[in-house]
Amino acid sequence: MFANIARVLAQSSKKSLPLVRSKHSLPDLPYDFNALEPVISAEIMQVHHQKHHATYVNNLNVAEEKLFEAKQRGSVSDQIALTSALKFNGGGHINHSIFWTILCKDGTSEPEGELAEAIKRDFGSYQRMVDLLVATSTGIQGSGWGWLGYNKQLNRLDIVACANQDPLQATTGLHPLFGIDVWEHAYYLQYKNARPDYVKSIFKIANWRKVEELFGKARHD
Amino acid sequence: MSFQLPPLPYDYQVLEPFVDKETMNLHHTKHHQAYVNNLNGATKDSDIVAICQNIKNYPVAVRNNGGGHYNHSLFWKWMAPVGSSNVAPTGTLKEKIEATFGSVDEMKKKFTDAALTRFGSGWAWLGVKKDGSLAISSTANQDNPLMAGVADVEMIPILGLDVWEHAYYLKYQNRRGEYIQQWWNVVNWDEVVKYYDNFASKNNPVPINQ
Repeated sequence: MFANIARVLAQSSKKSLPLVRSKHSLPDLPYDFNALEPVISAEIMQVHHQKHHATYVNNLNVAEEKLFEAKQRGSVSDQIALTSALKFNGGGHINHSIFWTILCKDGTSEPEGELAEAIKRDFGSYQRMVDLLVATSTGIQGSGWGWLGYNKQLNRLDIVACANQDPLQATTGLHPLFGIDVWEHAYYLQYKNARPDYVKSIFKIANWRKVEELFGKARHD
Repeated sequence: MSFQLPPLPYDYQVLEPFVDKETMNLHHTKHHQAYVNNLNGATKDSDIVAICQNIKNYPVAVRNNGGGHYNHSLFWKWMAPVGSSNVAPTGTLKEKIEATFGSVDEMKKKFTDAALTRFGSGWAWLGVKKDGSLAISSTANQDNPLMAGVADVEMIPILGLDVWEHAYYLKYQNRRGEYIQQWWNVVNWDEVVKYYDNFASKNNPVPINQ
């Protein structure tokens, strides 16, 4: 009986019967909209999560649906035409899903354990790492993200900027650890043009426990 | 002789309710001022049009801030309070738009689409190409269509729309489409026609008061 089932399944996959395609959904914030005040206002958190991130999720689902249909039709050209939409919206979804988790009410104590050692080794000190991440994030022209990431090949931390919603790992190979959204929508309602003030303040709400967890996973998985 | 922030041709509140007073104030006194300051720190050259046209010879700070200064200098003039300018293009430009796009409305649709689909920061443009034809395009960040080798479509811009979030976020938040729709109400068509007649149709970029 199981052999028959196995044969039917094998035949189904050869005919490319559509399996149930799961859609992406907006992850809940791990805290209330006002939890990150006064560093990030409730108004910003609400619009950022419910409008911007939600739009990336919706548009990612649309793009993936179109990609599936293009593949069904056998159109390589149409699949390629979707790469921008996938990068924009997929990147937006990836980036923001990480972002909400690396922030927390009132922040945590500075990095500890393996991560603290790696920061000291690769930057000299936590403050120097912060200074570099602040400078990198503040200096991004237009929209993008500043990232602290992990180079698994070289076993080294690195700080880089990504443009727009380009996702760190797909773009650079680095594992994302701590990212700062410097699109104007992330701070404008509260900080207006004062991006440096926002970027410096974000370390007051950094959830280093989560970042340590991400680092552990990247190192040991 | 260094670059200067040009004064706004009107008060900060006159484009209400389409572009809000606070945005106009911040946009002019903070954002544009910063481009001017940074540009002065990045180059001693003084011909902004020539800088844009030869942007590949300049460091990225000049591209960002020089573009920002040129783009915004014209942006303030591309807008005017309702009632102070024609509500639609006239004369030769009107004919050219109709010949190229079918109608002014069709042109606005294409322009709106370019503004909507520019991901991240940038500008949407209506301009005149070297062969005299009209075209619509968008650029990233503070690039503009004068920037040879950088812009997808090289042309002389006669109308541009800032779609950086700082241009609309205080009033419209994520609703860029609504911002674009409302912005059409304050386009200074008389000025755009002048730019076409006096400059772009003669293959000359629109100058700014440095």
